[in-house]
Amino acid sequence: MNFKTLSRAGLVGLALAGVASAALAQTPAAPVPNKGDVAFMMSSTVLVLLMTIPGLALFYGGLVRSKNMLSVLTQVFAITCVVALLWVFYGYSLAFTNGGGLNDFVGGFSKAFLRGVDATTVAATFSNGVVIPELVYICFQMTFACITPALIVGAFAERMKFSALLLFMVLWVTFIYFPMAHMVWYWGGPDAVGGAAKALAEAGADGKAAAQAALDAVNADAGMLFKWGALDFAGGTVVHINAGIAGLVGCILIGKRIGFGKELMAPHSLTMTLIGGALLWVGWFGFNAGSNLEANGTAALAMMNTFVATAAAAVAWLFTEWAVKGKPSMLGMVSGAVAGLVAVTPAAGFAGPMGSIILGLIAGTVCFFFCSTVKNALGYDDSLDVFGVHCVGGIIGAIGTGVLVNTALGGAGIPDYSSKPGELVTAAYEFGPAVMAQVKAVLFTLVFSGVGSAIIYKIVDVVIGLRVTTDQEREGLDIAEHGERAYHD
Amino acid sequence: MKIVMAIIKPFKLEEVRDGLTAIGVHGLTVTEVKGYGRQKGHTEIYRGAEYAVSFLPKIKIEVAVADDLVGKVIEAITAAARTGQIGDGKIFVSSIEKAVRIRTGETDADAL
Repeated sequence: MNFKTLSRAGLVGLALAGVASAALAQTPAAPVPNKGDVAFMMSSTVLVLLMTIPGLALFYGGLVRSKNMLSVLTQVFAITCVVALLWVFYGYSLAFTNGGGLNDFVGGFSKAFLRGVDATTVAATFSNGVVIPELVYICFQMTFACITPALIVGAFAERMKFSALLLFMVLWVTFIYFPMAHMVWYWGGPDAVGGAAKALAEAGADGKAAAQAALDAVNADAGMLFKWGALDFAGGTVVHINAGIAGLVGCILIGKRIGFGKELMAPHSLTMTLIGGALLWVGWFGFNAGSNLEANGTAALAMMNTFVATAAAAVAWLFTEWAVKGKPSMLGMVSGAVAGLVAVTPAAGFAGPMGSIILGLIAGTVCFFFCSTVKNALGYDDSLDVFGVHCVGGIIGAIGTGVLVNTALGGAGIPDYSSKPGELVTAAYEFGPAVMAQVKAVLFTLVFSGVGSAIIYKIVDVVIGLRVTTDQEREGLDIAEHGERAYHD
Repeated sequence: MKIVMAIIKPFKLEEVRDGLTAIGVHGLTVTEVKGYGRQKGHTEIYRGAEYAVSFLPKIKIEVAVADDLVGKVIEAITAAARTGQIGDGKIFVSSIEKAVRIRTGETDADAL
């Protein structure tokens, strides 16, 4: 979840209002970042980078044939570097500033090239009066922008042209990811909402209308899915459903690998896949707990949920596969762990630990059947199951979040910053609206990213051509595209 | 002189080596090979993608011995490599026309 940054001037104003009654409080005291929060967010940020490189790179790399190992490693690493630059050029601004007339969908360019950002500017968290340095927030969100397009790589691994991949990713983050992040995560922040609500409560009869208008304006200054009430703690829609559907569209448009279903395409190193999968789990603590943006009890809840949902999903996949296919496989167990991590991502700070275990068990079982049965029946070649794990797991998590956030089920409840200004309280839970908001967010993401990605693939196909030649694909992308080999024996 | 070539299960190599050493065989060449016989292949499943693997990993050993030792070598390999399951392997014996020890130039029986 997220917010926008507060200008120092705005914070001063809020602080002034808050201390006006204190006799000696003439000096405005803007919130100062807490050193513990800063350290926590810096650590979380580098943990998310660890998920991508080498975590995701090795997880995917081990699953392809040895002749394509370096192509996958190169793609993931290159995407990380390119998107990191785009993020500070204009991505952060498009995601986390006010976009004027298009504000429902995307931000503007007011912070392009990090204009106005320096070591003293701050970003809001989810607690009133708690801020972190804006630069830390930008770095943290940068790692999300980097890993999301890298996830897509698995869907069309072993056959996409590197130049086409780079162009696709530049366009995809610009037109799909940055707007999605804005729509789900951009809002005014707790102090803006709390401050306006407080002003409304204190306004006299004649000022009521103006104060109400001010509060409405603060609430309206948010992304469209956020205003729908969709909950997404760490990126179920923005990251996983978004990347998963883009992967599905990609593998269908690019076509199956040569020899798919006939030749042996067994993973070349499941050892690498385990190392990568385990690094994903470790890094995911930064992803989920860090998404709380401050080191407190909710971050601890997210950490706990990230442990138990993952374990439950790994166990669920392992035993289901054992029962259905006869053997408990290591790849199945690690795949289950990733499915659990995906499912708990939107729920991390909202569900309770027991709810997260249920979520994990469902995700591990459903994703297993999807990857082993449904995919084969449909016949598309999603090389590394980006859709079956990330999109399917993401949908389970997103909708499950709407159910499990209920305090009656051990959840943390839906946050409410305006009922008691200056305090975070829990809004009344209603099953229908809560789940419908999630379903709407899922459907919107599927359509927006699915259609948008299809258009971008088509453009790249016309400009560069998506696929390597048959000979290059047979030789392997390592030699054909990068001129090097992963292994020399 | 004969050369005894045996295709065996990989995990039986150490036992075969011990058996051959016990009857006085001083040297052995080992190659990792793949192939199939009556055992056929096996099935590997990766997230539901089933692959029929038709070539199984085996070990090929080659031992050059004097004619009078051939019977004992076959006996030793058979005893050590047998599990009773399909896929234990095969032994082939053929004649050697000439043998030379590269270091000394010794030939035939002296070179073994």
